[in-house]
Amino acid sequence: MADTTDSAALPANGLSRLGAFLRATNGRHGADWTDWASYAYLVFGTLLMFVPVAWLALSSLKTPAGLDQMPPTVLPYEPARVAIPGRAGDLPLFRITKGDHVGEVLAEVRRIGLQAQMVEPAAPEKVLRVPVSDREPVMRLHAAWDNYSAVIRRFDFLRYFWNSVFITAIATIITLLFNAMAAFALSKYQFRGRGTVFALILATLMVPPTIILVPNYLIASQLGLVNSLWGVIWPGVATPTGVFLLRQYMLTIPDELLDAARMDNASEWRLFWRIMLPLSAPALAVLAIFSVMWRWNEFLWPLVVLSRSENFTLQLALNSFQGELTTSWNLLLAMTVLTLLPVTVIFLVLQRHITQGIASAGVK
Amino acid sequence: MANLTLRGVHKSFGEVHVIHGVDLDVRDNEFVVFVGPSGCGKSTLLRMICGLESTTSGDIHIDGRRVNDLPAAQRGLAMVFQSYALYPHMTVRQNMAFGLENIRTPRKEIDARIAEAARMLRLDELLSRRPTQLSGGQRQRVAIGRAIVREPKIFLFDEPLSNLDAELRVSMRAELAQLHRRLKATMIYVTHDQVEAMTMANKIVVLQSGRVEQVGPPLELYNAPANRFVAGFIGSPRMNFLPARVVSAAQETTVLQVEAVGPVSAAPRAKLRNGDSVTLGIRPEHLEVIPGGTGATVQAVEQLGGLSYVRLSPHDIVAQIHGQTRLGPDETVSLRLPPDLVHLFDAEGAAVPSNFRVAA
Repeated sequence: MADTTDSAALPANGLSRLGAFLRATNGRHGADWTDWASYAYLVFGTLLMFVPVAWLALSSLKTPAGLDQMPPTVLPYEPARVAIPGRAGDLPLFRITKGDHVGEVLAEVRRIGLQAQMVEPAAPEKVLRVPVSDREPVMRLHAAWDNYSAVIRRFDFLRYFWNSVFITAIATIITLLFNAMAAFALSKYQFRGRGTVFALILATLMVPPTIILVPNYLIASQLGLVNSLWGVIWPGVATPTGVFLLRQYMLTIPDELLDAARMDNASEWRLFWRIMLPLSAPALAVLAIFSVMWRWNEFLWPLVVLSRSENFTLQLALNSFQGELTTSWNLLLAMTVLTLLPVTVIFLVLQRHITQGIASAGVK
Repeated sequence: MANLTLRGVHKSFGEVHVIHGVDLDVRDNEFVVFVGPSGCGKSTLLRMICGLESTTSGDIHIDGRRVNDLPAAQRGLAMVFQSYALYPHMTVRQNMAFGLENIRTPRKEIDARIAEAARMLRLDELLSRRPTQLSGGQRQRVAIGRAIVREPKIFLFDEPLSNLDAELRVSMRAELAQLHRRLKATMIYVTHDQVEAMTMANKIVVLQSGRVEQVGPPLELYNAPANRFVAGFIGSPRMNFLPARVVSAAQETTVLQVEAVGPVSAAPRAKLRNGDSVTLGIRPEHLEVIPGGTGATVQAVEQLGGLSYVRLSPHDIVAQIHGQTRLGPDETVSLRLPPDLVHLFDAEGAAVPSNFRVAA
């Protein structure tokens, strides 16, 4: 474990604690080669994970023209425009690189073929002719927030968002409930065939989902669940991973607690609801995270089951916006970022709960 | 009224037979202690009475009613577990209220009972804490409080003091005895510690390997153990067992020869004949050590200030001397065994009662 180089206690201020943490080293005096190696590896890993996401977020703020820029820029730029008195609209600004007016910044009035009619912003009456190749556009930093407002206004974004939220939330709740009940039975009850049932449940983990795709669809259509949100929710609620995870955790809950509760006249349901579930909270939080992340990003099964666009989830909507011939990349990027945000927030919230739960689980 | 009767109770776990035909009567208001070494079946027996284990055969009656098939919660009992089994995610108050809420007791009644139990056990300030924020002794009291609010017919205790340190154990023993007097309730208490049994019980049940060895008040078990096992289990330090042979069995006295020690007189026993081999038992506190004699050699001396323990050879005899002693290792001493305090056990381990002793 790394030691702080100071033997004094960590300072109370948050930022200086961060600084002290970052300066913590393995070596006794100053940095060791292992410290450099650790940091190199960690920085590399962070960049590898973070850069694509950061790129996505920054690109979603670019205009279509900004996205077409070659070479691509990191920050969102767009061509600067200025309003000239006496001319209608905002005129684009260019910097002249060659020829008579080199170094000046001129506004373009009209472009005809390879020649552009340009004016000085200060003296708009005089029209100058500049070849197109002699100039380059002036770029300024501009975040195109209207990408986001367009997405929400023009497409049925809120409906897709609601569909995704509904499916994720309801499916997670049902998953937690059913898996917890199964895990409770498998961990705390003795009955004939218990081992067989458990083995069967685990064995289904070995079956790839694509194999049972068609049979599942046939069953769903027989049950009338096709093209409904419930058709997306129900088929996945009983997960072997969930049952296994919860069972292993519930095994650590002492049987004496259940004995005491039975002596206290608790019915089996009350035992489950008021004793087992609260005590399994850390494991439930883990399963909730798995479920939320899986359900939010689920693509194949909703694609198969949902046929009408008003029932689409966000993932299906994203997919359907990639047209055959044209794609508004800027809108697509904005929608992608909006799709990523909720699950990130939930993960951050639940993650703290998990670590708290594990820490307080050292109960005698 | 809370009487408990066990008749011919057997218990097997599959092929393993753990309880062999236990018969027992517990009367109202008694404090009964089940005592025995680890694995003797005392906890199993308690759980069978409680209803958490089924009975393979035999009957359990509470107040004259057969309860074998009655679920645990409906037998009118309350159990205090060895590890307290407090619900860690609930406050002390919620822990105590849980049982009453399950049977839909009115809120006012619940609060009244909790207040009374909290007062009795000095839990008033702890009611809104969680079990993880309490010390071992406090958790112990909460577990007892949880049992008290249910106002059961019989209280069952499963080694409740075994997780406490020695000093706390002593004070809790006194508290439990006091509680018994206050509540005037029937209590069944399981322990492996014979000191707890001797100090708290009205009646002790000694168990070994699923069988009842002897039942009786503490002093009866001390003064007149029915067999070698009970004699060796009750009393600390353990009774000394010496191999002996009957030399003369007369009307007034029986004389035995103890190997390497010498002749010993005992109260007369009708059943013994010359030449019989028996085991002689004498408690350390009854053995008199006379310095400067012959018969035994001191191996070691342990001085506790108020008492001294002297280890002697042969036979690893332990003698207890009141006060302090000047004896040291390798000194020779002679032993005197008061005839009335000598116990004799036959080849099967059963006690051979003396002619004079009246059953206590």
